[in-house]
Amino acid sequence: MFLRTALLVLRKDFAIEIKSYEIFATTLFFAVGCVLVFAFALVKEGQAPPDSAAAILWIALLFAGTLALGRTFERERYGETIRALLLAPAPRPAIYVGKLLGILCLLGLTEVLLVPLIALLFAAPLLARLTLLLPLLVCGTVGFAAVGTLFAAMLMRARTRDVMLPILLYPMTIPVIIAGVRGTSALLASPPDEPTAIMWLTILLCFDVVFVTLSLWTFEPLMTE
Amino acid sequence: MKKMFIPLAVLTAAMFAYAPVAIANAPYESTMLLIQKIFYFHVPAWMAMYAGIAVCGIASGIYLFKGRPAADRLAVAAAELIVLFGAIGLVTGPLWGRKAWGVWWQWDARLTMALLLELVFIAYLLVRAYGGPGSDKLAAAVGIFGMAVSPFVYVSVNIWRTVHPLNTVVPTLKAGMFGPFWFCAMAFLLLFTLLLTLRMNLAEEQAMLDDLYLADEE
Repeated sequence: MFLRTALLVLRKDFAIEIKSYEIFATTLFFAVGCVLVFAFALVKEGQAPPDSAAAILWIALLFAGTLALGRTFERERYGETIRALLLAPAPRPAIYVGKLLGILCLLGLTEVLLVPLIALLFAAPLLARLTLLLPLLVCGTVGFAAVGTLFAAMLMRARTRDVMLPILLYPMTIPVIIAGVRGTSALLASPPDEPTAIMWLTILLCFDVVFVTLSLWTFEPLMTE
Repeated sequence: MKKMFIPLAVLTAAMFAYAPVAIANAPYESTMLLIQKIFYFHVPAWMAMYAGIAVCGIASGIYLFKGRPAADRLAVAAAELIVLFGAIGLVTGPLWGRKAWGVWWQWDARLTMALLLELVFIAYLLVRAYGGPGSDKLAAAVGIFGMAVSPFVYVSVNIWRTVHPLNTVVPTLKAGMFGPFWFCAMAFLLLFTLLLTLRMNLAEEQAMLDDLYLADEE
């Protein structure tokens, strides 16, 4: 029942999205634009500062993710479907999981585009280190999306929701950023520093477990308003 | 609650009056001499801040899951005090750092951690002020998440900073320093308790006033 509901919510979001690809396309190109802004800001005489590839990847994900979160729930609010969702005879945390899976798919597709792009623009051997980079990206994205989905759902009815989401989200997800960037730059070192990357991966995993559990737990009392 | 105000206030005032004497009598630390003495206020301010984080997180949890309004008032009071004592720590920290390290800010592990937690709880106060309807529950979630993220902030910032060597060594406390340190720590924790009870009392009276207004309108 739980999984079925979550997958139904995911399918619903997918079905709406496929009609126009609005959120998908605009988020993707926003992320690319972000990378370009950083490239122009940081590259001096054709060289980017060391470790900037890792930093830019995660910052672009953070910004694109924040926008995507806001807009996914904006759609629910605009269509006034959130009441229907909450009235459905389904466990509320399943709705959260469905939304979370939707955001994860969106950010996953963004990463599929961003990683080769950054590897190309900054001559960073990201694609060679995929065995450890992939788990880092997955765990980092899950951690960010878990906290973000909860806060975006909470803020749906607030007037200042657009600016409040980053205000709430960024300090809370700094550990994800630190772990992600440090882990990725450990992988980009030559030779790749795998023990360090694995250490940061472990921290990300713990963050994910704690915050997905906390979000599932608090989603129900929060959405009863 | 209210009966505790005056004795608590008197005790806290007396402790803070004596604190400079205790600090002046403490032995000098070997490398930093006089500058190090800001430590007696800096670390207790932090201890009060962390006490506040624990109080706010637990009170937020109780409010979110049990719905007791008193827990909400306690959470707000604690959050305001976190921001206050965090600000004290964040001001005394760079003041110390400027003299000891030569720079105002150095991405030291503990200062960074304090900054992040301060930002989380400033976000708590912003949500309460601008969050619109239902902002008390939103803020309660921020409080819980803020408390939950503290160990992760601690671990990640610590590892992030200790990979690069720092050019200060945390001074190990000499024998004569424990006394003034724990005295100041007690003074700060008492101040925290005093301010907490005062703020909670204020919130309770505001709630009573609101109820009276609503009852009057019927």
